[in-house]
Amino acid sequence: MKEELFASGRNIPNIDPYLNVWHWQIPLYLFLGGLAAGILFFAAIFTIMGKDKEMPTVVKKAPIIAPFALILGLIALFLDLKHKLFFWQLYTTFRITSPMSWGAWVLMAITPLSMIWVASYMKELVPGWRWKMNLLENFESFVIKNRIWLAWIIVVLSVILGIYTGILLSAFNARPLWNTSILGPLFLVSGLSTGAATVLLLSKSATERRTMSRIDLLLIVIELFFITHMIMGFQAASQVQIDAAQLFLGGQFTVSFWVFVIFLGLVIPAAMEVLELLDFHIPVAIPVILVLLGGLMFRFIMVEAGQITRYLY
Amino acid sequence: MRYAMAIDTLKCVGCSDCVVACQLENDVPIGYCRDWITETVDGSYPNVEIELRSERCNHCDNSPCVRCCPTGASHFEEGGIVVVTKNECIGCAACIESCPYDARYSHPDGYVDKCTFCIHRVREGLNPACVSVCPTKCMYFGDLDDSNSEITNVLKNRKFKTLAPEAGTKPQIYYLI
Repeated sequence: MKEELFASGRNIPNIDPYLNVWHWQIPLYLFLGGLAAGILFFAAIFTIMGKDKEMPTVVKKAPIIAPFALILGLIALFLDLKHKLFFWQLYTTFRITSPMSWGAWVLMAITPLSMIWVASYMKELVPGWRWKMNLLENFESFVIKNRIWLAWIIVVLSVILGIYTGILLSAFNARPLWNTSILGPLFLVSGLSTGAATVLLLSKSATERRTMSRIDLLLIVIELFFITHMIMGFQAASQVQIDAAQLFLGGQFTVSFWVFVIFLGLVIPAAMEVLELLDFHIPVAIPVILVLLGGLMFRFIMVEAGQITRYLY
Repeated sequence: MRYAMAIDTLKCVGCSDCVVACQLENDVPIGYCRDWITETVDGSYPNVEIELRSERCNHCDNSPCVRCCPTGASHFEEGGIVVVTKNECIGCAACIESCPYDARYSHPDGYVDKCTFCIHRVREGLNPACVSVCPTKCMYFGDLDDSNSEITNVLKNRKFKTLAPEAGTKPQIYYLI
């Protein structure tokens, strides 16, 4: 049994006594990236299904949020870098084994594509909108003609974006709490759920709300299943992962995780959405805001707690 | 070629000479270090055992830091030495998160820094600074692929362990026990 440990000659801020090199920027970005991925995924998938008439908010209005979320997320990522002036080195190479490299390139592709998506609906959203240059008008008609292909590309990219935010963390075997392959799908589902909730808030059509509410409910149930699955996996794994799960099962993150993520972020909004489907009237903003705050809290807690977990000492 | 280090925990007295030698040799900023001493006390009185270890980057064979680096700044040099190229490093800290040994830190200038096995000395045929100053001569540095090297012989004849082998990184600092 280890009684005492003493390390000398080592006193590095943000590493000792426990690692804390990733602060608010990373979880904020993971949230915004997941949100943008969710919004774009639904916009593109309903376009492919030919439902852009029935689902105007999903396809046309909500995507306006995506480029803003992505740009804010990129600013957060940039603020996190400590050797800022060398950020362009990300784009001189592609490292297939590095999730962060995948993320950098996907962001590089999906951010302009999301702007193009929004621009192609400007005339429908803003009456009397004109692109002042011929070139832009021609480009717009080209995009509108090929929108289905753009939608296919965005579906693929948004899934990669959503899932990579989880894989980014799960690829670190040094941090037992993150080192679970369920984290990729879990972050993807959580991102899709926050995206669906945002659409729900913006939509004014009853049928659209009903569809998105059902989708969001399904996603919340899947998310709860994945979280259960993740904790079960930790409990059945090696000692370091059993210790990692203890952070949520009696350790220092127990209250914040169960109260803000599970209860307020998932169970309560799910219950409200069920009540809404049973024709009880609940202001839509309440479950939506709870889902968004829950998603944000989940990422903050995962990033913060994961950095405490380790192999040595 | 496979450079590695063997450190005799039975001879180490924890004097921190290796730490200071490294800081001087590599101009490590004050308050930071590339190597450090840990002292673990196992058991409870009267059955106590103390182990002293000089720790540093393990120059792993399966390096998570090289794998997760988005720009290729973290890379392998000859003999498996893991080195960071300053001007390719963006300071994203993914490698710091990926290291089970917490051997890396953000240099005040922004890039990520760590032990290089004193590659500039090794290339000239010298030992790393920490090895060459050790007053108890408890550290061995050399090439594991050379069957005549001192380190190969030491590891052949002594019991040894590595730190957190279960992390799957194939660490290359061997602690003689």
